[in-house]
Amino acid sequence: MTTAAPDTSTERGVAVHLQDLTRTYGATRALDGLDLSIEPGELVALLGPSGCGKTTALRILAGLDVATSGQVLVGGRDLTRVPANKRDMGMVFQAYSLFPHLTVADNVAFGLRLRRTSTSARRARALEMLELVGLGQHASRYAAELSGGQQQRVALARALAIEPSVLLLDEPLSALDAKVRVQLRDEIRRIQLEVGTTTLFVTHDQEEALAVADRVGVMNAGRLEQIAPPVDLYERPATPFVAEFVGLHNKVAATVSGGTATVLGASVPVIDGSITSGAGVAMVRPESVSVSASPTGTASVVSVGFLGPISRVHVQTEAGDALMAQLPSALAVGLAPQDRVDVSIAGTPVLVVAG
Amino acid sequence: MSSTHASGGRRLAAAAPALGLVPFLLFIGIFLVVPTVTVVATSFQGADGGLTLDNIRALGSEAALTTLWHSIILAGSTAIIGGALGALLAWLVVSAGPTSRLRRVTLAVSGVLAQFGGVPLAFAFIATLGFSGVLTEALRSWPGVDIWGGGWLFGLKGLIVVYCYFQIPLMVLVFVPALDGLRVQWREAAVNLGASRWQYWRHVAVPLLTPAFLGSVLLLFANAFAAYATAAVLVSQGNPITPLLIRSALTSEVLLGQANLGFALALEMIVVVAVVMTLYALLLRRTSRWMR
Ligand SMILES: Nc1ncnc2c1ncn2[C@@H]1O[C@H](COP(=O)(O)OP(=O)(O)O)[C@@H](O)[C@H]1O
Ligand SMILES: [Mg+2]
Repeated sequence: MTTAAPDTSTERGVAVHLQDLTRTYGATRALDGLDLSIEPGELVALLGPSGCGKTTALRILAGLDVATSGQVLVGGRDLTRVPANKRDMGMVFQAYSLFPHLTVADNVAFGLRLRRTSTSARRARALEMLELVGLGQHASRYAAELSGGQQQRVALARALAIEPSVLLLDEPLSALDAKVRVQLRDEIRRIQLEVGTTTLFVTHDQEEALAVADRVGVMNAGRLEQIAPPVDLYERPATPFVAEFVGLHNKVAATVSGGTATVLGASVPVIDGSITSGAGVAMVRPESVSVSASPTGTASVVSVGFLGPISRVHVQTEAGDALMAQLPSALAVGLAPQDRVDVSIAGTPVLVVAG
Repeated sequence: MSSTHASGGRRLAAAAPALGLVPFLLFIGIFLVVPTVTVVATSFQGADGGLTLDNIRALGSEAALTTLWHSIILAGSTAIIGGALGALLAWLVVSAGPTSRLRRVTLAVSGVLAQFGGVPLAFAFIATLGFSGVLTEALRSWPGVDIWGGGWLFGLKGLIVVYCYFQIPLMVLVFVPALDGLRVQWREAAVNLGASRWQYWRHVAVPLLTPAFLGSVLLLFANAFAAYATAAVLVSQGNPITPLLIRSALTSEVLLGQANLGFALALEMIVVVAVVMTLYALLLRRTSRWMR
């Protein structure tokens, strides 16, 4: 059973293809024809609201769940019918997955023990992995003696110790507090780049997905709505669902003609996927909206929320649009509900959809 | 003035949590400390009230030792049988799922049997298999078989069988929570890392369950060792186990002069249970680092 350990420095991961995956639970369609390809060594984040099928997709790839129909191809091999314990994948769960009766080092070495690696070799490998995640000095502790963030690091080390063909992470940071979350997120990306393992990272947190991934796939109701590099997704969302999910919360009446839209009196370019002419709704990022106090303004302030460096100002225009503006707090100073304000939007391209 | 008030208040506030303990300590005092002290003290008292080792010495008599041995055999064998079968049943119940009917019914029935299983069953035994039990009589008239056989079922062997009727349900009750405590992620993590079903059990589930299993078996041991009612109903001749011997020591006229032998026997039982508890504590010490 023992396979020769691949040299990770030359072999930079394998390609993954999920083809037309469907998974039904009774009347629920958890996956509804999901297609997803991951390049060798790539980190793809699956992003979507709770219940959209992210976990189901990941578990089917891991073999912990079985697709109702569709195929799982990894490195050109059809793994659809291969049992989970023969798939050679490393998985990091949301939380509490470390074996409580084993030390940190034994947890990390667990997969190698099953592969009958010699005691000294697996000890060395475990320590190497623990160094990689910055926990070399905690090798002889138990899970109960570690913080949540440290436990997730160990889980990552354990998943990587077997040199998996694919690394799977299911909301690995969602049980941690905000500061640790950001730290560990960056570290996961650093480590992933270092080992070069093809990785699927599931999250419902937009910022997290954009921060770690080579490409982000946005899921909705069991299908992929759009998959693109973070910047593209952010700047050119293909559907209203994606737009809303990456933070375009404002919907403003707009008219389109000849590749430009008129929004709040300003002319801005439209992006692919927009309607080509006529009246529609522009989806605008709060950061693209600015407000300034003006006695003759065409909008009024509804509320002001102070968030430290930035503030959020909700306004109502005379035309009937409710908008949220996000601006540096210095610019929001002095604004109060009922104040008259002018509203303008930045000239960045917008998505305009049929109203 | 005000400062004394304040410090008085503070002292009261500091004492408040301790005050909350009073009912508990009272309870412990009345139901544990006083009886134990009485047992220990009386064990060393002669019929005249003077200090003596006679009662303790009497524990070394062959009759007393045989009885103790029988008690240990009974408690040990039903703890092991009950532990094994109960754990198996608990596993079936948990596998059936958290909302399954099997689980609900088994747990409800176990709850009743673990408490009251012994006595009604003993009556049922007597009514069916006793000297003039229904089945005994029937088989005696045709085909003429004597299953009474000198009443073997109403000695130690019978007790072992009957005790299992409350030991197994008790094991189910205490072991189901332990099985529920096994997280799905542990199994999935093990499988993901390459474990077969067997390897998961060997390397994860069994080590994780062992402390709870042994703890439960020790509980079963103590439960059977101290049980009295079932044996009192079932056994009509002799005193095969220590609790029955205590009864006869306390009530019998024959043992006059050793009025306090019953207390010495009770002390002996306390010592046995204390040894069992110590074993359990030692066991926990081995695992407590990961058990929290
Ligand atoms: N074992 C299951 N039994 C029944 N329904 C399930 C099961 N697992 C998932 N589902 C359903 O499938 C849908 C997708 O679930 P999931 O993949 O966990 O979503 P996500 O991870 O995106 O939050 C949900 O509606 C969920 O209720
Ligand atoms: Mg999920």
